[in-house]
Amino acid sequence: MREITYQEAIREAMSQVMREDERVFILGEDIGVYGGAFGVTRGMIEEFGPERVRNTPISEAAIAGAAIGAALTGMRPIMELQFSDFVTIAMDQLVNQAAKIRYMYGGKASVPMVVRAPGGSGTGAAAQHSQSLEAWLAHVPGLKVVQPANAYDAKGLLKAAIDDNNPVIFYEHKLLYSTKADVPEELYSIPLGKADIKREGSDVTLVSTGIMVQKSLTAADVLAKDGIQVEVIDPRTLVPLDIQTIVDSVKRTGRCVVVYEAVKRGGYGAEIASLVAESEAFDFLDAPIIRLGGKEVPIPQSPELERHAVPQVEDIVEAIRNMMQKA
Amino acid sequence: MWLIRLFDEKVDEMFAKGLIHGTTHLCVGQEATPVAACAALLKTDKITSTHRGHGHCIAKGADVSKMMAELMGRVTGYCKGKGGSMHIADLEEGNLGANGIVGGGIPIAVGAALTSKMMKENYVVLCFFGDGATNEGSFHEALNLAAIWDLPVIFFCENNQYGMSGSVKDMFRIQDIADRALAYGMPGHVVDGNDLEAVYDVVASAVARARSGAGPSLIEAKTYRWKGHSKSDGRKYRTREEETAWKAKDPIERFKNRLIDEGIATEEQLNDLKARAKMEIERAVSFAESSPYPTLEMLEEDVYAH
Ligand SMILES: Cc1ncc(C[n+]2csc(CCOP(=O)(O)OP(=O)(O)O)c2C)c(N)n1
Repeated sequence: MREITYQEAIREAMSQVMREDERVFILGEDIGVYGGAFGVTRGMIEEFGPERVRNTPISEAAIAGAAIGAALTGMRPIMELQFSDFVTIAMDQLVNQAAKIRYMYGGKASVPMVVRAPGGSGTGAAAQHSQSLEAWLAHVPGLKVVQPANAYDAKGLLKAAIDDNNPVIFYEHKLLYSTKADVPEELYSIPLGKADIKREGSDVTLVSTGIMVQKSLTAADVLAKDGIQVEVIDPRTLVPLDIQTIVDSVKRTGRCVVVYEAVKRGGYGAEIASLVAESEAFDFLDAPIIRLGGKEVPIPQSPELERHAVPQVEDIVEAIRNMMQKA
Repeated sequence: MWLIRLFDEKVDEMFAKGLIHGTTHLCVGQEATPVAACAALLKTDKITSTHRGHGHCIAKGADVSKMMAELMGRVTGYCKGKGGSMHIADLEEGNLGANGIVGGGIPIAVGAALTSKMMKENYVVLCFFGDGATNEGSFHEALNLAAIWDLPVIFFCENNQYGMSGSVKDMFRIQDIADRALAYGMPGHVVDGNDLEAVYDVVASAVARARSGAGPSLIEAKTYRWKGHSKSDGRKYRTREEETAWKAKDPIERFKNRLIDEGIATEEQLNDLKARAKMEIERAVSFAESSPYPTLEMLEEDVYAH
């Protein structure tokens, strides 16, 4: 199999679907000749033309609303938010319109659209361009939320997101765009709501999403040298959430750590931790469940401060070592 | 104008060498608009700025050393290194802040103007934004609010022909953004943004109007950004010929030639000004480079006011 980047995997999924289904089109700021802020749509306007690769004005609410309207009437739009932070401007359309239309209309309508949103810190772009806001979106009934951690998952999950008949928020991490993985050339789908065990282990269940999956795997390698076997589970989609895979794992390991980049307070990790605590895995726990999340600060620009604002490999290693020592 | 140009050229060079972390948006080629607009203000007047804000900041009186330190993430920077290029504020000089959100500062300017009116402080607020920002809902909502409340605010659009890769030709069905003023019941003016004096004149009259209590104005200054949108921009959305044509309208050269032709200043005097600006930038770089980074304890400071 060939290796391609996360960015290429996303582009390939969109292009292959667009070749098959004329209802699929993309819209967003600078997605034409510029290729999008992160180059994800590079070259697509040359193949599909400006009708299906629609460069929009800087008007996030209008872009989201237009995607909703198109989806409601038979199209399958993919909108690109330049940075996930700008979801704030599109929020009314996504929360009060997209998420609720089907329900409010008694199931008579559906809004099959995808919102691609690059998130996360690590680029020095500071507080207004570095957030991880997936927990906000996961809070809203009617939206689905996907967080691919590598190129393989990105391609398969995007295909599933496009095929889904609901509004799906596809949360990409900027630092993952250039990371590579083996990715099949043909189009394939990874079902939403199916977690992936990224590494098997018997001592601790480490649940992580997005960029934290890579950091967790590196931490697991370090801990393996101490004889601690870490199982790394990536739920891949926050909504729907495959809690059973996590619960089953915790029953085997007796310990659970949840790691995410978003601000710890009110983050999605709290949801996972509660669900585990409420489940049959509770009786198997040998230690309290731990959450590792971003500090409760806006992301600063200065490089060392920025690094320390979110969990790093060494933080994960330390948390798990402490947990094991207490046992 | 030289200070702004040399600052941004230096920043460009330092980014290319990897000396600055993060991102930046340069205003090279647009120096006349901030300089002329801020010259028409009093020190007590306020501005709101944008992601392309180095020029606004300098024109409103900022210290380039503290700006450079901010860009380099140092504790001596305007925001202790936490904000970076897009989030510099200098409240002492009346700069209410740059903004990383396109259109984000426009309603904020309206709020500041509201304070001025309610507290009878008699300052005016000049709100900078780009052509692209005028397609955000915040622009339309803010203009209407300022109009119905007769607030002392000047909406100043630096139309540099592009919002990232979106050209004004593709993103508007109107020739002049200033026409949008009509929809909100305020005067709209179009001005050559590379002509320092023309910009000064039109802003000065809008400021006088605002200060007299007659309400807001919308000014559109047509100009051009010479460089790409930000760091990594191949500029594929425009031609090199177009860039060359605009460079021939360099606002600095233009003003310089006029000063010399009219005998107001000599070539030597003007070269001397440029040399002094250059020295100030060099000082700023060494100040920033010799300043410490913030300590890790500072990471969690300043989230809430005490
Ligand atoms: C709400 C929002 N949408 C998109 C962006 C990304 N972005 C940053 S600057 C920019 C272009 C802004 O164009 P304009 O307002 O004309 O200002 P200029 O860059 O030309 O000075 C875009 C799209 C952003 N920062 N904020």
